Amino acid sequence: MSEGTFRGGVHPYEGKELSSDLPIKAVTPKGDMVFPMSQHIGAPATPIVNKGDKVLVGQKIGEASGFISANICSSVSGTVKAVEPRMLLNGSMATCVVIENDGNYTGIEGLGEDRDYTKLTGDEIREIVKEAGIVGMGGAGFPTNVKLAPKEPDKIDFILVNGAECEPYLTSDYRQMLECPEEIVGGLKVMLKLFDKAKGLICIEDNKPEAIAKMETAVANESRIEVKVLKTKYPQGGERTLISAATGRKIYSAKLPADAGCIVDNISTVIAIYRAVCKRTPLITRVMTLTGDAFKRPVNVNVRLGCSHVELVEEGEGFKQEPAKIISGGPMMGFAMFDLNVPVTKTSSSILAMTQDEVAENEPTPCIRCGRCVSACPGNLVPQKMAVAATNNNYDEFVNLNGMECYECGSCTYACPAKRPLTQTFKQARQYVMAQRRKK
Amino acid sequence: MSNLLNISSSPHVRDKSSTKSIMWDVFLALMPATIFGICNFGIKAAVLIVTCVVTAVLSEYIWQKAMKLPLTVSDGSAALTGLLLALNLSSTFPVWMAVIGSVFAIIIVKQLFGGLGQNFMNPALGARCFLMVSFAGQMTSFTYDGVTGATPLAMIKQGDDSTRLVDMFLGTIGGTIGETCTLALLLGAAYLLVRKVITWTIPVCYIVTFAVFALIFGGHGFDITYLAKELCGGGLMLGAFFMATDYVTSPITPRGQIVFGILLGVLTGVFRIFGASAEGVSYAIIICNLLVPLIERVTIPVPFGKEGIKDGK
Repeated sequence: MSEGTFRGGVHPYEGKELSSDLPIKAVTPKGDMVFPMSQHIGAPATPIVNKGDKVLVGQKIGEASGFISANICSSVSGTVKAVEPRMLLNGSMATCVVIENDGNYTGIEGLGEDRDYTKLTGDEIREIVKEAGIVGMGGAGFPTNVKLAPKEPDKIDFILVNGAECEPYLTSDYRQMLECPEEIVGGLKVMLKLFDKAKGLICIEDNKPEAIAKMETAVANESRIEVKVLKTKYPQGGERTLISAATGRKIYSAKLPADAGCIVDNISTVIAIYRAVCKRTPLITRVMTLTGDAFKRPVNVNVRLGCSHVELVEEGEGFKQEPAKIISGGPMMGFAMFDLNVPVTKTSSSILAMTQDEVAENEPTPCIRCGRCVSACPGNLVPQKMAVAATNNNYDEFVNLNGMECYECGSCTYACPAKRPLTQTFKQARQYVMAQRRKK
Repeated sequence: MSNLLNISSSPHVRDKSSTKSIMWDVFLALMPATIFGICNFGIKAAVLIVTCVVTAVLSEYIWQKAMKLPLTVSDGSAALTGLLLALNLSSTFPVWMAVIGSVFAIIIVKQLFGGLGQNFMNPALGARCFLMVSFAGQMTSFTYDGVTGATPLAMIKQGDDSTRLVDMFLGTIGGTIGETCTLALLLGAAYLLVRKVITWTIPVCYIVTFAVFALIFGGHGFDITYLAKELCGGGLMLGAFFMATDYVTSPITPRGQIVFGILLGVLTGVFRIFGASAEGVSYAIIICNLLVPLIERVTIPVPFGKEGIKDGK
């Protein structure tokens, strides 16, 4: 089978060797746990516990407050210390439930018990996924139960498990493919039960041969599941590029994957589905990579949600050198943190601590129109012209140049020899245009 | 954490290449042709090259100092313009005229329009055309081995087929300093292609279109030797690989680059075959430089996933 790929993209330094061979280590948090009610796309959840309440592991503490929203469950047992606004990773404030961890990890009734998914109906499965508070754990945080309920379920031909992990440095999906392939296959089988016609494709970049071998063994006896090998290139794991590389179908901004007959979920999300449906465990943990050249000892960890980043850094035995920049997520689309005293959420995929800040070291110089941004853009856009339009506040021209098709992958900025902040310009322009559209 | 960390919007990593590294790559790629030119035409050529490079760099430095602009001479773009201009001059060209040309290239064509990235035509070619108009005699006087005479291309145009193809390929003929040795230019071009500084689109479209045009309208029928001489002669190789591919003055859109290449081929053919002069590369590139905004306007690529969808719905 030929390897799937797409036009454009870049090849940043991968840095995965720092942590790719390190087994996932479970972390036992000691301090207070903070559960933001807003850690997904859509309406924030409503807290359903009060100060002084006793909570158990797996207990729902935040209730989804709309169609696009998600439940929040406690990852520890203990006492609710406060329900108050706290700072999130991006610097914004959100209502959080703060729980004093009693260290006993007493679970709710039935937590962790086996359940036979084959006896469940599709609606029951969707309800379990919803109750478990599962959202896309690749970064977007879109509620998974909504994704699993497309308007025309008969038209779903593919369920794509996104194991591309195209962001440099991150190895959490890779480690999970090596360490728990049966849970990935299990989760995918639950999803396939919802869509009779669909075929499951586990998509992996060709820089992870061990994961490919592991997953191929795991799906050897599954007639509806295949491993799809993709060429290593950023942003292979982007939704649009992944669908195109794996199935040959293409979507643009106004289309959902379901319009191309696809449902795309990340490795961690599929495992979360498996655990919720087959193991009666809601989404209360996630795997993260603590890496970067500033860490004394990079490590892959299984973290209880709500744990503070400060506590996590100690798991990497702290820093050997003062980091210049700490990023939550990958270096291409991740978020630079200015303070570590924020909780781990469902979409936190890593702590990347770098001793050098390449952004600060590279002052922008005039554009020489070399066209590398055009070659790098997976969306077939012309970033150079979009940037001129956006910096001149010529938003009509920006839209005419298909600026709204940009999904801010960062490839153009990475490739730019003049070190111009293209993606950053587009983020602002896109936000402005979207705000204008909402006003109308 | 007591001290605040650096923050910025993603992406947080950058490719290693820079404007400077690209400029010096092109500079390096021109070295085979430059060194050959000096060996071929002697010390006069070396003097012209050094003069042009130094004048170009100094002009930019003085201009930016005087205008209180950030100094950017270290990015190598001015030095590159100087080198390209020198390679486009006859070895017998008076030094003081070359100085005027370099100043014109940097101040008039480049800096007056906003400096690096803003010039609408290739500075070296703009200066060459300026010198052509101002000092036509000196610009078209070519001396080789002590003999002043017409270039092989001009001889072919006059019906004199005596120049050997191998001489034209190796460059042991009269012409401007940098244009004669096809082999050296191809070596440099190969380096640029391997380093991905340029892509094949513009040069290949340009050369193929010109070749087809010459076959059809050249009046020599299907004569491969004639065709090969047309390709090796004059400024075609230097122009196609090093000047038509100038980032600032060529289209940024992939389809635009194809259109640009084809247009260059046709114009060069028209100038060389139907024009008064045997040469046409400089004017073809300059005219196409001016058409770049128009070409780009009509060649904006279709975004991913919108292929075959009209009006974007």
